Amino acid sequence: MKAAVLVFPGSNCDRDMAVGFERAGFDVSMVWHKDHSLPEGVDIVGVPGGFSYGDYLRCGAIAANSPICRELKTHAEAGGYVIGVCNGFQVLTETGLLPGALLRNAGLKYICRTVPLVVATEDSVFTQGYEKGAEIQIPIAHHDGNYYADAATLDALEGEDRVAFRYGDNPNGSARDIAGVLSENRRVLGMMPHPERAAEPAHGNSDGKAMFDALTAALGQVTA
Amino acid sequence: MKARVHVMLKNGVLDPQGEAVRHALGALGFDGVNGVRQGKVIDLDLADGTTEAQVAEMCEKLLANTVIESYRIELG
Repeated sequence: MKAAVLVFPGSNCDRDMAVGFERAGFDVSMVWHKDHSLPEGVDIVGVPGGFSYGDYLRCGAIAANSPICRELKTHAEAGGYVIGVCNGFQVLTETGLLPGALLRNAGLKYICRTVPLVVATEDSVFTQGYEKGAEIQIPIAHHDGNYYADAATLDALEGEDRVAFRYGDNPNGSARDIAGVLSENRRVLGMMPHPERAAEPAHGNSDGKAMFDALTAALGQVTA
Repeated sequence: MKARVHVMLKNGVLDPQGEAVRHALGALGFDGVNGVRQGKVIDLDLADGTTEAQVAEMCEKLLANTVIESYRIELG
């Protein structure tokens, strides 16, 4: 099983995400934003948190137009798996791989704390290790995590069971408490909370570990 | 040639920064400020002959996120 983690200038959760994949048994490569190809045979690409390109213009906008993101789109459009966390979620909405956009938090403050998340679907390789309706504790750290999409898009996401996680206590004004969404083929996940920061006992919380373990269970079978 | 692009959040998209500015103006004693919307102005220095359609393409592909923002182009 191979994972690639993209690295932009200003990424700061790239190594955390790589460790999350490694501990779950993935062979991980770090891929620089100027690269024009992903390593051969990559099963899943991680788009990490941070402040790619200093959040210039809009969070994730410059990264979404970087050379490696053209490869990311090709990978996703060919049915490859992708997870984008925090700034990675912003990048995925800017590329158009996921619907909607992330606005400034409704309270205008940067929020950095652990929040309750409710698992909204078990039907994805990312969430099948949890029970639908289960509440888990995952850290958030963002200024622009207020999920926005028009009503028709939100209705479609809910109708197609593509909301992956909801906030238990909405911290940022996100529409319909949405914390993470899936692509139409359910193989691309974007979420503002950071499962990779809660993935082992040393973090003081390992509620995010089930996501990486579920990926191993699902993608291990694909590769084998 | 120059072009100026105005990027604004679309009507109906909450602008928390604009709201904070509105409250601050009220706190300074400016009554009657019923709404504030904050946007961006981007000045482009372009090769002669660049068309408005090309600037619009720049807006669609990068300068604005049309999920949440609208844009207006002034060529000058």
